[in-house]
Amino acid sequence: MLRTLIHHPVIRRAVASLATLLGVAVFVFVLLRAIPGDQITAALGTEAAALTPQQRSELEAYYGIDQPLVLQFFSWLGNLLTGNLGYSTRSQESVLDLTLAALPITFELAVLAILLALLIGVPLGMLSASRPDSPRDAAGQLVGLAGLSIPAFLLATTLLSVLASSFGFNPNGKAFVPLFEDPALNLQQMLLPSLVLGFGIAAPIMRTTRTAVLEVRSHDFVRTARAKGVGARRLQVRHVLGNALVPIVTMVGLQFGYLLGGAVVVEQVFSVPGIGRQVLLGIQQKDYALVQSTVLVIAAAFVLVNLLTDLAYRLIDPRVRAA
Amino acid sequence: MTDLARTAPLAVPTTRRAGRLRAVLRSPSGVIGLVLVVLLAVAGLLSFTGLLPHDPVAQDPPNRLLSPSGDHLFGTDQFGRDVFSRVAAGVGNSVLISVVAVALATVVGTVGGLVSGFFRGFADTAIGGLTNVLFAFPPLLLALALASVFDRNWFTIAVAIAVVYAPIFVRVTRGPVLSLREIEYVKAATSTGQGRIAILLRHVLPNIGSIVIVQVTLSLSWAVLTEASLSFLGLGAPPPAPSLGSMIFEARTLVEIAPWTMIAPGVTVVLLVVGLNLLGDGLRDALDPRNRGGRAR
Repeated sequence: MLRTLIHHPVIRRAVASLATLLGVAVFVFVLLRAIPGDQITAALGTEAAALTPQQRSELEAYYGIDQPLVLQFFSWLGNLLTGNLGYSTRSQESVLDLTLAALPITFELAVLAILLALLIGVPLGMLSASRPDSPRDAAGQLVGLAGLSIPAFLLATTLLSVLASSFGFNPNGKAFVPLFEDPALNLQQMLLPSLVLGFGIAAPIMRTTRTAVLEVRSHDFVRTARAKGVGARRLQVRHVLGNALVPIVTMVGLQFGYLLGGAVVVEQVFSVPGIGRQVLLGIQQKDYALVQSTVLVIAAAFVLVNLLTDLAYRLIDPRVRAA
Repeated sequence: MTDLARTAPLAVPTTRRAGRLRAVLRSPSGVIGLVLVVLLAVAGLLSFTGLLPHDPVAQDPPNRLLSPSGDHLFGTDQFGRDVFSRVAAGVGNSVLISVVAVALATVVGTVGGLVSGFFRGFADTAIGGLTNVLFAFPPLLLALALASVFDRNWFTIAVAIAVVYAPIFVRVTRGPVLSLREIEYVKAATSTGQGRIAILLRHVLPNIGSIVIVQVTLSLSWAVLTEASLSFLGLGAPPPAPSLGSMIFEARTLVEIAPWTMIAPGVTVVLLVVGLNLLGDGLRDALDPRNRGGRAR
């Protein structure tokens, strides 16, 4: 019983994810210890040079950096597992509190961006596939190419400045409000950032939809369905799109990494206080406690999403479940 | 016997390669991509020869924010610097960083994939584990974190981007190497007593060439985007080195009074990435007719 459980693919996949996360923690730890200078110079700047040797060693003991590296790692890891992500040296706030405030904002941004990307990408891909190599296919492909080639930061800055100067539309100029405080203003503030991010992932979704629809349409069961009199719309949606869903879901999962990276850029341009902006702020202010834990949180979120994509894949595609 | 073994695998790729190039040139989008990339790369390389119309970093305050004219094709920026020369130098830096980054990623990643797939065992486990760890980071975030740690110059930025893209090369080469290992002529070569390194170089590497070439072109377009994003966020090569990303960042407050400061670098970076994408798609269709679908980034 236990043995079959251990060898269950879902369990094995979850264990592998945990191992990866441990590797990620080691990587982040080593990376930030490689930085020239330490927390003391980061916190005090040039004044650190004026410290007496005794003050310095006291500060080293305070930050725990007089301990061996391995001990430092395990004490950091132990703290992380008990929910202590450290304290931001700049704002003196706990990184956990900062992260808990920022994470839902980025989550909202990601969900809206995926929705917009599906709304743009799937119909466009189906349109392209409906008549391959026709002008409408070329137009669809061109939009896809634009999505892949226009950098998020360029689209974001252009939209922001053009809309603000020509139409006076700049909800992001006001202080950011959370979703539950003022939903109407919040959605206005989220509109442009999620549109920019969504446009970027609409392109691969469009391409995947096109390929998958073309592939599914060539199967015999589609001809059979048409022969037994299934209507055109029902055929497209239920028979063709239904079977093309697996690659589309996979592509959405794969794009999550782009989404989290793109969030850094987009949140910065539109002043959205999400997790990406938190990392960037930490980097700019040399607030390494903040960077270290936030990067780890983002990587953990990414690993979790990949795991969930795998599981979703099993639910949608019975062939994978049987394997 | 040895002569035959040496010439046979080499002869096939050369004839095939000529055919492939023709196939790329047959697709109109592949040609457009090639032309765009060559034109921009030449303009970028000009910046390293000192043949640009103006010094890209020389300030000229009396002539600030001039609109485009014969002397200043793309106008001047807020310090009176020539935007055309800055865009050309920016393309040059961007191409230099991206090419070095992708070259590093290709060599390290492909060697990793070859070793991992061919020798299996501990090497496979170790390389696989490291690859998984690197894949656990969103690409731009990993580049950001690395760039923030390094003492930033064009080479360390290239290394940061290379670390992000090397795992992709491990992943795309390992699978094919695994299956090539079981193919008859590789087994035959093993039975004739050839060294494993010789077999890898002579029989395995040439057969994953097309996969690597396609990945190189696609990675180049991502590398250009990553470099531009890093410099937009202020984590690229430090100023005054001209870079398309930082030019766009500086232009965002000038758009209303001097739109050319935004349009010139903006259009250029898009054209460069479009060119690389079209070329990559053309190559992929020419080299691997099975794969015409979407892809991960």
